[in-house]
Amino acid sequence: MKKLAAFGRFWWDFVIGDDWLVAVLVAAAIGATALLAAAGVTAWWLLPLAVPGILWLSLRRAIRSA
Amino acid sequence: MNTGDTFLVLSAFLASGVEFVEALTIVLAAGLARGWRSSLTGLAAATVVLAVVVAVLGPALTVIPIQALRLVVGALLLVFGLQWLRKAILRASGYKALHDEDAIFARELAEAEGAAHVERAGVDWYGFTLAFKGVLLEGLEVVFIVLTFGSAQGSIPLAAAGAALALVLVAGVGVAVRAPLARAPENAMKFAVGVMLTTFGIFWSVEGAGADWPGSDAALLGVLAFVALFSFALVRLLRRERLEAVPA
Repeated sequence: MKKLAAFGRFWWDFVIGDDWLVAVLVAAAIGATALLAAAGVTAWWLLPLAVPGILWLSLRRAIRSA
Repeated sequence: MNTGDTFLVLSAFLASGVEFVEALTIVLAAGLARGWRSSLTGLAAATVVLAVVVAVLGPALTVIPIQALRLVVGALLLVFGLQWLRKAILRASGYKALHDEDAIFARELAEAEGAAHVERAGVDWYGFTLAFKGVLLEGLEVVFIVLTFGSAQGSIPLAAAGAALALVLVAGVGVAVRAPLARAPENAMKFAVGVMLTTFGIFWSVEGAGADWPGSDAALLGVLAFVALFSFALVRLLRRERLEAVPA
């Protein structure tokens, strides 16, 4: 069980890293893109708009916690 | 080679190069402090494990439908890429210390020299595990990048070729100079890799979510320029903010 937890922790650190909020916001932005696309609305612009905002937020959090 | 393929090789080359430079530092420290036999055995054992991971995961990824694969890979790369980019921007703007291969080498070397000698299976165990863990961890990032980039772009061999090129270059220079590659522009390379991972992450996530890019594959260039521009803008903004916060 301990090894399984360590394995899970390794992959969490590897992919998600220091800021879990980035993963949550990226998932939300991709979900919104999929919803717009499924509704037949042009949706390619949403993620390029969201990513700078997510990065900015994550940078501010990193600087605050430094 | 089209735009996507060129980017694929270049991204795999740069990302793998950064990881190989870091792995080389660890293998060198283990070799110089604990003996080359244990260090090179650790390197070989980690390489075998990585080869097994590629052999198992590579073919498995090719049977997943391309749109589902691009959605998952795009999301993973975007999260992963934003981690790289955040660190790179913090370094470039002065909020985080620059990655210094010489300092890391000196620290690894001192720790390796101070550890007790324990021999297992005919090798110095500390040297073996230091090289094994270092190569495995850095190598897993290479495997992750090669498999995700390659499978989503439909050509794992092209991504592997980019990584192999980086391996030959780093290993060749490493053997020639027998010192950490501190002169490799690692911080700039990490910045570039962060930009590329984020670019591919955005591009494939949008395609995987079922939306279409105007101009199809050529849009990749536009996304790249956009990501690079806002990244540089954030560096400038944060650098100015940090300098203004320092009392005169």
